[in-house]
Amino acid sequence: MDRVLTANFDHPDVDKLPVYEGRGGYRSLKKVFSLKPEQVIEEVKSSGLRGRGGAGFGTGMKWGFVPQNSGKPIYLCVNADEGEPGTFKDRELLLRDPHRLIEGVIIASYAIRCHTAYLYLRGEFFEPYQKLEAAIREAYTKGYLGKNILGTGYDLDLHIHRGAGGYICGEETALIESLEGKRGYPRLKPPFPAVQGLFGCPTVVNNVETLSALPYILEKGAASYKKMGTEKSPGTKLFSISGPVQKPGVYEIELGYPLRKFIHEDAGGMLPGKILKAVIPGGSSVPILDASEVEQVNLDYESMNQFGTFLGSGGVIVIDEDFCLVKALKVLAKFYAHESCGQCSPCREGTGWVHKIMTRMEAGKGTPADLDLLLNLADNMTGQTICVLADSIAMPTRSYIKKFRQEFEDHVALQKCSKM
Amino acid sequence: MEFTPENKKKIEEILKRYPEGKVGRQAALLPVLRLAQEQFGYLSEEAMLTVAQVLDLSPASIYGVATFYTLFNKKPVGKYHLQVCANLSCCMEGAEKVVKHLEEKLGIVPGETTADNRFTLSEVECLAACGTGPVIQVNENYHEKIKTPEDVDRLLEKLR
Ligand SMILES: Cc1cc2nc3c(=O)[nH]c(=O)nc-3n(C[C@H](O)[C@H](O)[C@H](O)COP(=O)(O)O)c2cc1C
Ligand code: SF4
Ligand code: FES
Repeated sequence: MDRVLTANFDHPDVDKLPVYEGRGGYRSLKKVFSLKPEQVIEEVKSSGLRGRGGAGFGTGMKWGFVPQNSGKPIYLCVNADEGEPGTFKDRELLLRDPHRLIEGVIIASYAIRCHTAYLYLRGEFFEPYQKLEAAIREAYTKGYLGKNILGTGYDLDLHIHRGAGGYICGEETALIESLEGKRGYPRLKPPFPAVQGLFGCPTVVNNVETLSALPYILEKGAASYKKMGTEKSPGTKLFSISGPVQKPGVYEIELGYPLRKFIHEDAGGMLPGKILKAVIPGGSSVPILDASEVEQVNLDYESMNQFGTFLGSGGVIVIDEDFCLVKALKVLAKFYAHESCGQCSPCREGTGWVHKIMTRMEAGKGTPADLDLLLNLADNMTGQTICVLADSIAMPTRSYIKKFRQEFEDHVALQKCSKM
Repeated sequence: MEFTPENKKKIEEILKRYPEGKVGRQAALLPVLRLAQEQFGYLSEEAMLTVAQVLDLSPASIYGVATFYTLFNKKPVGKYHLQVCANLSCCMEGAEKVVKHLEEKLGIVPGETTADNRFTLSEVECLAACGTGPVIQVNENYHEKIKTPEDVDRLLEKLR
């Protein structure tokens, strides 16, 4: 496997431009500028790269939706708002290899004919902000950004726009609203951002990791990228793993790799005395896998779907036998209730109810009827809202209760956690 | 209340990043509110009025935006703002004990500030550093793997 995203992770000074260049950085641009923008889109399409922000939509295809005859400016928004519990890969990319992202931004912008790109950076990210600011300044000085880049006549400005706290602003249309200086309320789609996004203009929103894969794809070619991974999930992806494993952290893994191997070999296996009970494979909003499913599933989009869950953001949360799932669901319910923007009543009310019931249950005051009430609530929250935040707690609720009903029933009957 | 000349210059720079006219001034709102908070300590009504004047936006709309975002403080915070992640991965690493210890040590609960204005305690959502939890963000900086009461004490010691 080639390291597409983490090739520079062992080089602490690679955030400095000369070091990045010395390791082959910005080399893809020569080739990129020798191609027509449509050809760059074609190359990315044929690489099969899928968006790494969670939804897994084909990147080249998304770029292809941008109308080139609207007469309006075209914008690229970099989604660096990482905040899905269990996910900590974009922050690593920003801290450890900021120039790779900038190179990716240049490639994407050129492909969609964008001349102003905004990097929406999570408000809490101060250290990444400093690194990025410095890297962007270097890139301007060296002529990779600004007017007439590398003498090609192509102009591109890249601005950092810092968020101010709010998970929902990671949703692409909320991100656009937030960039426009408004409350982060997701918009009804259609119209999709590709047609009507930032300031009413055609806009592409891409995740940090998606963009960071582009320098490799353009330099080494789509064919090299496609050699890795599976047919429908080509390439590599970052997985961040947390929970009671020996070596939590961020790993670049070839898609299609067995989850079991990832946990027990790459991440060093469970801590002594800890027994794996369940795994949330793609960030906190995806359905949970039980121990036997963990043995069978692979880290790619299709395999996850076969097991009723999603690859999502690649945030792998490992849960052991000693940790209470009632508590896990309570913590997540609190999060989603807090982060609901409140526009849609099934989400606003539903997340609030799930949180209230889970808080009561965790405190030992649950009733047997609560479980079906929760399932019913989950059903009424799904598919009825402007964005998928409501589903993001409905899906876990349903899967935790269905797969671990006994644990929930015991908690209710004992009026406390059986693990304490 | 007025922005310092230095910050006024910064605001000019910020405005250049966005299109001209009202949409651009509106787009500059988050960065300018951040500047206001840095200069004035928190976003009082007066501070928001100052921003409204500088950007020529309605105070009501600014208030609506400022109250949406968690990093904008509508009341003063202490010298050190301790923001503890209590989300799932950090919770598995013992974040609840960390919060409890901080509560006992400082005599405040999340949302409160100590009488001497040194510390404000908050519980926050996932800080995207889940592999090294529990995480406490103190003002801008992350402190990771704060697992035991002793770790908490050491951190507080550093902040004295
Ligand atoms: C509630 C919610 C939060 C999201 N948060 C993020 C985020 O923090 N970062 C991100 O890249 N995508 C996030 N997404 C996905 C974005 O809406 C969007 O699909 C993504 O940025 C597209 O980029 P990609 O195609 O490169 O993956 C979120 C979606 C939802 C519904
Ligand atoms: S689903 Fe929830 S978060 Fe999404 S727009 Fe509706 S209320 Fe807001
Ligand atoms: S859960 Fe604490 S940083 Fe992610």
